[in-house]
Amino acid sequence: MKKIRCALIGSGNIGTDLIYKIQRSPVLEPVWMVGIDPASEGLARAREMGLKTTADGVDGLLPHVLEDNIQIAFDATSAYVHAENSRKLNALGVMMIDLTPAAIGPLCVPPVNLRQHADKVEMNVNMISCAGQATIPIVNAVSRTQGVGYAEIVASLSSKSVGPGTRANLDEFTYTTSGAIEKVGGARKGKALAIINPAEPPMIMRNTISCLTDEAPDEARITESILQMIKEVQKYVPGYRLVNGPIYDGNKVQVFMEVAGLGDYLPRYAGNLDIMTAAATRTAEMFAEEILKGSIRLTAVA
Amino acid sequence: MDLKGKKIILHDMCLRDGMHAKREQISLDQMVKVATALDAAGVPYIQVTHGAGLGGNSLQHGFAPHSNEEYISAVASKMTQAKVSVLLIPGLGTMKELQSAYDCGARSVHVATHCTEADTAPQHIAFARKLGMDTTGFLMMAHLNDPEGIARQGKLMEGYGAHTVYVTDSAGYMLPDDVKARIGALRAVLKPETEIGFHGHHNLGMGIANSIAAIEAGATRIDGSAAGLGAGAGNTPLEVFAAVCERMGIDTGVDLFKLMDVAEEIIVPMMEHVVRVDRESLTLGFAGVYSTFLLHSKRAADRFGVPARDILVELGRKKMIGGQEDMIMDTAMTMARERGLLKAVAA
Repeated sequence: MKKIRCALIGSGNIGTDLIYKIQRSPVLEPVWMVGIDPASEGLARAREMGLKTTADGVDGLLPHVLEDNIQIAFDATSAYVHAENSRKLNALGVMMIDLTPAAIGPLCVPPVNLRQHADKVEMNVNMISCAGQATIPIVNAVSRTQGVGYAEIVASLSSKSVGPGTRANLDEFTYTTSGAIEKVGGARKGKALAIINPAEPPMIMRNTISCLTDEAPDEARITESILQMIKEVQKYVPGYRLVNGPIYDGNKVQVFMEVAGLGDYLPRYAGNLDIMTAAATRTAEMFAEEILKGSIRLTAVA
Repeated sequence: MDLKGKKIILHDMCLRDGMHAKREQISLDQMVKVATALDAAGVPYIQVTHGAGLGGNSLQHGFAPHSNEEYISAVASKMTQAKVSVLLIPGLGTMKELQSAYDCGARSVHVATHCTEADTAPQHIAFARKLGMDTTGFLMMAHLNDPEGIARQGKLMEGYGAHTVYVTDSAGYMLPDDVKARIGALRAVLKPETEIGFHGHHNLGMGIANSIAAIEAGATRIDGSAAGLGAGAGNTPLEVFAAVCERMGIDTGVDLFKLMDVAEEIIVPMMEHVVRVDRESLTLGFAGVYSTFLLHSKRAADRFGVPARDILVELGRKKMIGGQEDMIMDTAMTMARERGLLKAVAA
């Protein structure tokens, strides 16, 4: 079967993990990996895995985009360079999946709004943050049942799974995730808290989601909606698991989740990184399926 | 060791750490009354914030009746000599909130991270310095990092711009030798002009002894709270510490009798429960658990029928740290299920 050819920008942990996930996909094929350091381990590993590589950044990829028929690119670099990367690749008709906090395109949580983005043929979608991917489906599961005035999420991440970029810019993580709880989760007000725990062996990512419903919660319907949503997420993140709840206390609904990764390149405890790469892959697959069916066509953005 | 003539800066915590012990329910009038009395007693720094600091109002940490801005504004305008300080934990509080605390009159900040995660604070420390605030890097749960590790983390915070680095015994677990080793390791690597502080909890009754040990090892700033009002068995009781300092000839600049009166006449009548070493707060100190977990664990114990001490010991075993209050409910539910007290939802 024909596959949609992809480029990965950023040769770090996320980019490397993406190679594994894309290689398994029935509709995607990883072709290029873009880095900035010729000596980087990530580029060497990509070559071993059969990808073409360049250490000249996105500019090193541009001359090959058309001849290699690259249609989807994943950006796992930084918010600072994403806008330029996206502009250059969109101009060649390449659709961008943004794993940085840049968020210049619409926010995407696959089981909540991926269908809409694919129907609109968005040329740039943003994957928010790991905490966003892990918690917004649950917020949405409650808000699609009953009005939610306030939703709060607490993400506990193992110290080893949080890279220097996130650490040095923790406020951006907080703002991006809080905003997405409102825009995609459907709560009128959102708040995100992040905890970095150094325990050894590293703790598996945990997330607690709390929603305040406007009216007394219809417990049976909300529980049903949450369990349904968990199944949807499990389709692309098998380690997405309900640990406790939902429990109800007045108008408060609380759900305690765990996210274990697949252990492709990143260790299993780093469910926070895995759910980002899995959600990004799922997003690319939906676009690829539509392109292959001929129901959407990517066009260059002038 | 002869500490005669040493100058020590006291920092009162009862309007911040004490918020935990009051389930965040301190009124504006109480805040102003306590702060003006501490100011009159000569306490140079008074921390005024939600127990979890800026951004603390949440389902996770409880909602106070007023915003941090309202508390800080009400207190700051009444101070004659004391500086108002705030707590900021990155991941919870943000620079926007620090700016607004500054606009309301806060002039000092404890930027707090877990003792191994100092590199989550560079933005906030640099921003506090840019605002011209007295800036502290506050290494919480310091018993969970060894002296060399604490020294490396403190050096990072100094590098980001912190004027002072604190060893924070959030679990009230440390013994005087533990404190000395960590403060000594910091003193060996920090610049001479960088100050060192110690923040104790009294869960093993060691608040005073540990603070004195800290001074012996080179600390010049000590946190405490009048009548000990704070999380767990409370903070180092400030009036007791001031009395010990006076006996030892350590210069704190506070009026001891006035401070004793604040503790006795204002703080003690405010307490909802007697803040002391009891079975559960002793468990915190013994098992090395974050002091704020105390009241949360008691509530989870009431709801799910698992004893608070069992929950606290399990949280210690799972190495939960400050900010993971949600894991108390989660742990209690898991334990209740294992004991046949709670049914699972199929998923």
